[in-house]
Amino acid sequence: MIRQSVLLTIVLAPLIAAILAGVFGRFIGRRGAHTVTIAGVAISFVLSAWVLKLLLVDGAPPVNEAVYTWLVSDNIRMEVGFLVDRLTALMMVVVTFVSLCVHVYTIGYMHDDPGYQRFFSYISLFTFSMLMLVMANNFMQLFFGWEAVGLVSYLLIGFWYTRPSAIFANLKAFLVNRVGDFGFLLGIAGVVYFTGSLDYQTVFEQRELIAANTMQIIPGIEWQAITVICILLFIGAMGKSAQVPLHVWLPDSMEGPTPISALIHAATMVTAGIFMVARMSPLFELSEVALSTVLVVGATTAFFMGLLGMVNNDIKRVVAYSTLSQLGYMTVALGVSAYSAAIFHLMTHAFFKALLFLAAGSVIIGMHHEQDMRKMGGLKKYMPITYWTALIGALALVAFPGTSGFFSKDAIIAATAAASIPGATYAYWCVLLGVFVTAFYTFRLIFMTFEGPERFRTDAHGHHDSHTPHESPWVVTVPLIVLAVPSLVIGWLTVQPVLFGDYFGTAIFVEAAHDTVARVAETFHGPGAFSLHALLTVPFWLMVAGVATAWVFYVKKPELPSQIAARLGPLYKLLENKFYFDELYQAVFARGSRRLGSVLWRAGDVALIDGAIVNGSAHVVGWFSGVLRRLQSGYLYHYAFAMIIGLSALLAWYVLR
Amino acid sequence: MPGIGKRMTLTSILFYAFSAVLVVAALGVITARNPVHAALFLVLAFVNSAVLWLLMEAEFLAIVLVLVYVGAVMVLFLFVVMMLDINVAQMREGFTRYAPLGIIVALLVVIEIASVVWVKRLGVDTTTAVPAAAPEGYSNTQALGELLYTHYLYPFELAAMLLLLAIIAAISLTMRKRRGFKQQDVAAQVAVRPQDRIRIVKMAPEKDA
Amino acid sequence: MIQLEFVLLLAGLLFALSVAGIFLNRKNMILLLMCIELMLLAVNFNFIAFARQLGDLNGQVYVFFIMTVAAAEAAIGLAILVVLFRGKKSINVEQLNEMKG
Repeated sequence: MIRQSVLLTIVLAPLIAAILAGVFGRFIGRRGAHTVTIAGVAISFVLSAWVLKLLLVDGAPPVNEAVYTWLVSDNIRMEVGFLVDRLTALMMVVVTFVSLCVHVYTIGYMHDDPGYQRFFSYISLFTFSMLMLVMANNFMQLFFGWEAVGLVSYLLIGFWYTRPSAIFANLKAFLVNRVGDFGFLLGIAGVVYFTGSLDYQTVFEQRELIAANTMQIIPGIEWQAITVICILLFIGAMGKSAQVPLHVWLPDSMEGPTPISALIHAATMVTAGIFMVARMSPLFELSEVALSTVLVVGATTAFFMGLLGMVNNDIKRVVAYSTLSQLGYMTVALGVSAYSAAIFHLMTHAFFKALLFLAAGSVIIGMHHEQDMRKMGGLKKYMPITYWTALIGALALVAFPGTSGFFSKDAIIAATAAASIPGATYAYWCVLLGVFVTAFYTFRLIFMTFEGPERFRTDAHGHHDSHTPHESPWVVTVPLIVLAVPSLVIGWLTVQPVLFGDYFGTAIFVEAAHDTVARVAETFHGPGAFSLHALLTVPFWLMVAGVATAWVFYVKKPELPSQIAARLGPLYKLLENKFYFDELYQAVFARGSRRLGSVLWRAGDVALIDGAIVNGSAHVVGWFSGVLRRLQSGYLYHYAFAMIIGLSALLAWYVLR
Repeated sequence: MPGIGKRMTLTSILFYAFSAVLVVAALGVITARNPVHAALFLVLAFVNSAVLWLLMEAEFLAIVLVLVYVGAVMVLFLFVVMMLDINVAQMREGFTRYAPLGIIVALLVVIEIASVVWVKRLGVDTTTAVPAAAPEGYSNTQALGELLYTHYLYPFELAAMLLLLAIIAAISLTMRKRRGFKQQDVAAQVAVRPQDRIRIVKMAPEKDA
Repeated sequence: MIQLEFVLLLAGLLFALSVAGIFLNRKNMILLLMCIELMLLAVNFNFIAFARQLGDLNGQVYVFFIMTVAAAEAAIGLAILVVLFRGKKSINVEQLNEMKG
């Protein structure tokens, strides 16, 4: 039995730590701030692991209980409650583990930053928000966590608030997320409209009821209510999990310090959407249209965002694009009903992507906050720990057989191949080509950073050896090593139960007709055989081809990329400008809303409100008073007349009517 | 009964006659050029009213009207009118300016009263209900006094207070201190002490030279 | 006999005349006061007529009180008039427009 107090402690420990570090940061100092927050997250992690163990080993039943009723309105209960089953427990462990590593890492990365305590407070708050999100047992709390994550990400991306680019980026992230959140909120409203409840359990029990309903959004066109609700919910997921076309905030979020890039991209914010869709699997399963939408959006993200990673030169942005692409993979898995594969990939991705980010951060520390890969190279010699751990992360990312990423990604590809819903073929080609793209940009990063000539020695200013790279301190390298281990082996260890076993039990619901994972499971004979078999499949050879191409381009013949770029001018330009998404949004939405705003300002504010309503009412009062003023002649007899006439008129009305 | 009929006829003739005079007097009040004439017309109106009230068996009030109004209030009016130097010509300027409006309102009032009396009929049967004749030895003053000193005792006291208040108000409004006005100070006279009056001066005896 | 209707009509006429008087003599404050006295008289007529018609002395008691109030009103009104005249050397209401807003 899992006690409520344990769950409360898991959630509240980071919150209390965040408050202590944030409000009393000045009194407890730097050491105090990081001690408190790390202790808070460590408590959460240990307890989360214990909860997972209780569920997994001791067979404790899932918890679904309300802790506190906030308010009851019109029979809709708004509660704080926990639903902790194996899905939640897995997320909790991943979130707290990565968060813990990031906390430790931050000690080294933010060592010289004046906002040290503030930063720790934020990342602890981030952990709290994410825990609230994953542990929710109702839509209200889910939405709270959802928004809290959005808020803290806003604070963190704009952590260096004196940089205009950071402020631009955090505003962008916030606004783009608002778009998604709006859809999400409408989705929740739809759920409440049809079921009259915010509670997951109640809603899922009534899902057939929703499915039986239709609604008209545009008059005359009937929509399946369940499809509308699922697509709206998924729009929320698109915002948080950065799917095309709401992905634009994520690369820009690199303006924040590297630890939060790791936190946002690996464990917390972006996985919220994936988690939410998996949690809502009973709803999504009822609507094939919604699943197809999910699938197509995910496939598009997976392939095209990967392409962008191939041309970018900022080490963190390359990793960011790879995150986009991997999120696309997860979304594809959701689309083909392989929810367990999506969550599995989410977990493995959390480890190796956090590892890659922290490694990139380590490189940035070593290079004295230089992020341009063209000014790196040959770092293998100076930063061996970073190199090896980054290499492990890279291998996991490109799905080298045996690594954690391999199991999850291969399962997704296989599930996509087995799927039969509309859009599956498109998605299959996207994820397949995505493998090549992933391999290429990942090893491009590795080769440009760690191999080849030491380009940092001849910088623009011409002073040599002014800053020789050095290996990072232990607080940076230890998290790297700690993350490298699961990146390498967690897939091998857990693929059997999580993916093909009955790990999730009732937490995830899949219609038999959609059950692609089961079809993949038919060919699964243990992790070893799975890995060996992979050597004969297309994805493996595509991956090898990608790595080889990267090697040729960036080690063997470094002059080749620029030649090809010149040859493929327009295409290269398209990629370099990120498909012109930013420009499009800038032109249409940003400028459009500015124009709308200025129209509203002139017509609404200046003319209507200021002119007509505010000054207008004052003018009317003044004018009317001016008229009334004439009545107040001051002559006694005028008042007497008024009384007499009024009295007789009143009498006349009373008598003669 | 011819006697009664004759009496009633006489009462009616008196009523109409005095009513006519009353209306003429009222007209005189509102149109008189001179305020003194107006006041005198008003006196006439009050006296006529007193007669009409007598006809309507309100003897005490009729006497009070003559005593209080004609004897006191109207004298006060006349006193004020004569005391103040009123520029009559200036007052009469634009006399008829509001006359149409006044006539309209006046007509409206008359129509209203008429409609109340003849259209709505007041809810009392005025044609057949003949007021009972007063019994022998009936005194209107005594009956009114019994009512006033029993049932209406407190309102009566209040009315007395009101009159007192009016006296004080009128006096305090019109009282004023004039400069150079010689006046006895009674309080100072009473409070005087011998030592203020007599001053004993010690002095050396003067030599008779 | 005196018919109630005619008394009421007489009172109405009296009242209407005093209303007209207020309109005509709007400048002369003394006459305004006189018109008010006339109005009160008209009202008293009604009371007395009804008292007689209904055989109820309470109506006459009311007349008594009205006359009391009217006397007080006349006294205070004239006092104010005198004070006013002292200040302005006139009782022309036309010149009394300090209340103008």
